[in-house]
Amino acid sequence: MSVLHLAILLPLLAAPFIPFLFRALKRIHTGWFVLVVPTLLFVYFFRFISVTSDGGVVTETVRWMPSLGINFTAYVDGLGLLFALLITGIGALVVLYSIYYLNKDKESLGHFYVYLLLFMGAMLGVVLSDNMVVMYMFWELTSISSFLLIGYWYEKERSRYGARKSMLITVFGGLSMLGGIVVLESIVGSFSIRDMVANQALIAESPFFIAAMILILLGAFTKSAQFPFHIWLPDAMEAPTPVSAYLHSATMVKAGLYLVARMSPVFQESPIWLWTIAAVGTFTLFWGSFNAVKQTDLKGILAFSTISQLGLIMSLLGLGAAALHYDGMDDNIYMVATIAAIFHLINHATFKGSLFMMVGIVDHETGTRDIRKLGGLMTVMPITFTIAVIGSLSMAGLPPFNGFLSKEMFLKATTKVFSMDFFALDTIGILIPVVAFIASVFTFIYSLIIFTRTFMGKAQFDKLPKQPHEAPIGMLIPPAILAILVVVLGFVPNVLSNSLIKPAVESIYPTLVASGQDVKVDIYFWHGLTPELYMTIGVILLGTLMFFTINKWMGIYNRIPHRMTLNGMYDGSLVWSNNAAYRFKDNYMTGFIRSYLIYIFVFMSGMLLFSMWWYDLFNFSFGELAEIAPYEYVLGAVIVLSALAILFMRSRLPAIILLGVVGYSVALFFVFFEAPDLALTQLVIETVSVALFLLVFYHMPDISKKEARMRFKVGNAIVSVLVGVTVMMLSFMTLSNRSLSSISEYYKENVYDLAAGKNMVNVVLVDFRGFDTLFEIIVLAIAGLGIYTMIKFRTTVQRTKGDDANGHEAKK
Amino acid sequence: MEIFVSIIIGALTMCAVYMILSKSLLRIIIGTALFSHAAHLLVLTMAGLKTGAAPVLVDGVTDYTDPLPQALVLTAIVISFGVTAFFLVLAYRAYQELSTDNMEEMKGTESND
Repeated sequence: MSVLHLAILLPLLAAPFIPFLFRALKRIHTGWFVLVVPTLLFVYFFRFISVTSDGGVVTETVRWMPSLGINFTAYVDGLGLLFALLITGIGALVVLYSIYYLNKDKESLGHFYVYLLLFMGAMLGVVLSDNMVVMYMFWELTSISSFLLIGYWYEKERSRYGARKSMLITVFGGLSMLGGIVVLESIVGSFSIRDMVANQALIAESPFFIAAMILILLGAFTKSAQFPFHIWLPDAMEAPTPVSAYLHSATMVKAGLYLVARMSPVFQESPIWLWTIAAVGTFTLFWGSFNAVKQTDLKGILAFSTISQLGLIMSLLGLGAAALHYDGMDDNIYMVATIAAIFHLINHATFKGSLFMMVGIVDHETGTRDIRKLGGLMTVMPITFTIAVIGSLSMAGLPPFNGFLSKEMFLKATTKVFSMDFFALDTIGILIPVVAFIASVFTFIYSLIIFTRTFMGKAQFDKLPKQPHEAPIGMLIPPAILAILVVVLGFVPNVLSNSLIKPAVESIYPTLVASGQDVKVDIYFWHGLTPELYMTIGVILLGTLMFFTINKWMGIYNRIPHRMTLNGMYDGSLVWSNNAAYRFKDNYMTGFIRSYLIYIFVFMSGMLLFSMWWYDLFNFSFGELAEIAPYEYVLGAVIVLSALAILFMRSRLPAIILLGVVGYSVALFFVFFEAPDLALTQLVIETVSVALFLLVFYHMPDISKKEARMRFKVGNAIVSVLVGVTVMMLSFMTLSNRSLSSISEYYKENVYDLAAGKNMVNVVLVDFRGFDTLFEIIVLAIAGLGIYTMIKFRTTVQRTKGDDANGHEAKK
Repeated sequence: MEIFVSIIIGALTMCAVYMILSKSLLRIIIGTALFSHAAHLLVLTMAGLKTGAAPVLVDGVTDYTDPLPQALVLTAIVISFGVTAFFLVLAYRAYQELSTDNMEEMKGTESND
């Protein structure tokens, strides 16, 4: 157990102490104690930059289940470190923010911070694990802790709905991913991601390549809210705002992006990878931004904008695969897509985190997040307004903020598809920049909506639940730090390029780095008059035009009926599957013993007859058979006729007597079969049985004495004939397939020498196979005891004799 | 002989299944009794019938019938008797408590009281 492992597990180790701190130190907000954890971790991970910026990696292994190849291998490279810094850095800011956001007297902070620390530890585990099974374990822990955090205000119905929805969707993806992990392991023979990257050619040749890729991508797409799995994210906005800022903008939803980036070296040689991810990402980008415009809840806008931005990063990760197929210049221009993806990932964490915190402040100080009620807050909340403007304009991709830089790089990457002459990117790939342009226009519009509708326009403070005023300073510090980062990264982006972005990009292209290609990260404002600059100008012009005419085209959103939306389908499918399961259950679980017996009999006969036919066992060839005497025919006829007659008896007394006839005839058969002991036993037992039957019959209550004729039922008759024929066939089959001689020769020879007895059956019963007899005695003893207790001990209240007769009617 | 007995076994099984599928509890128990007869005969038949004298050692006789299936059937008879007796008393108690022997009325799933 190294320091690195302790660092990853530190949040999980700290979590159990939180409830005690919350109980014991009521006066201090529990968040202050929690704040220590991410701050320490951030400082700790910050020191790794010096290692990874030179392309170095840190690996530490703890043996967990070595026999299964599952060890907790912590692996820090550029990509993992970037995410670890995001998780701990934003985590520290979110904890600080939550101290001012959550009231220590009204909320159960013990729960909140335990869940949050669980999540933080799980997330660190995901990004720093080399072993995929360990990563999967942490992955599911993020799903669970996210579920708990979304349902934090569990008394609200919408919270529970959102929590369940996100749980169902992300766990579905997680399980698919587990399937993918198992497939990859079966190809490579190791759970280690580095081994998979090293054996990338082996995976590419495998027939399970597509299956593994799609299963892994299902995990990534559900977690990162890609179309059509994005529907859980808007409903997850029922969580407290610090949670939304942390989980649903900066960290958890990026776990899918991390997975795609991490698995890129394994899959990205294939055109299917490029196309799937680029297409899904680009469509998600458009769909998210398109739907964000119609939202009226600020967090709803931010949720859809998160979906949209995640789609953008996803499509860039897909397009980045093109770099592997390009061997023109030294300066690999397609690598810009991956650089842009990593850069935008950082930028998005900064501006989206600050925007969420801004919305939290507005909600906290005014009591609503509905943009129809808000407006004119600029003069009341100037600092919040500044943060909102910086965040929104960065999101819209305007200079001088960092969003502009990554947006330019994104547009550059998409316009590069024109010059890619492989994978059909030069034909239908043209759609990618077109869709990206449209999506950018919508992004511009909703970014404007966020701060104009909230802070500008007419003030209508009388509609607000609270009198608005500026937030406390502690609440403003975390978003302010993020907003300052937005500006700083906008002006001097190259502070990151060599320390964080370059090592991260190198982890995505291990083969290119190995072949001597240098990753050049050089981000600056002015590229000259390039196509992407014209596109940005076009976005601003068209976006401004559409923003001012918004009321004229809002009608298009009402064209889609609710049933056809993805949410409608999700809700419908839940109801449908629930009802279908009930219908299915009600259809076969009838509650009648007859139905179940029919299933059992039909299944048994069907299986037996089918397997006899399958193995061709119907060719009966009987060897030597015993002679039949005429009286045996008569006896056989008596048995069959009396058994058949039982079926048609109107009252039960004759049926019991006929059963006795069958029993005595069987005893007679035992006599003919040279089985004297059997004949004796059968005679005695049949006598006792018939007596018992008669006894029960005699004690029957009056009500049941109304004899009912047994109605002939065709279904029952078919089943019984089927079973009868099956048993007969079984008997024929065994008769014609006797290949081995009986072991009874041994008994016959040794019965007197070894056991000093002449009656072989009795010697077998008490000597050779005495255990059978012992337990058969026990069976009889248990039956006797059972009968005794049934008669003696009664749980129900004993009825009087009068009640007994009319009990049935009286109850009704 | 074996073929003849096999047909008897088939007929007994058929009657037993038909009885077991009926509504009355007593008829179901009669069905199980028939079923056990069929099973006992089947065990004996599968070993081959009447290949020699009764399996009691007698000087001068070398050919005996197989003692093993007889021992098995003897055990089975006793056990099936124990179970049948238990079932019968169970049915008797069920009559007493529920005043019915119709299996269709013995449903405990829905609101039964």
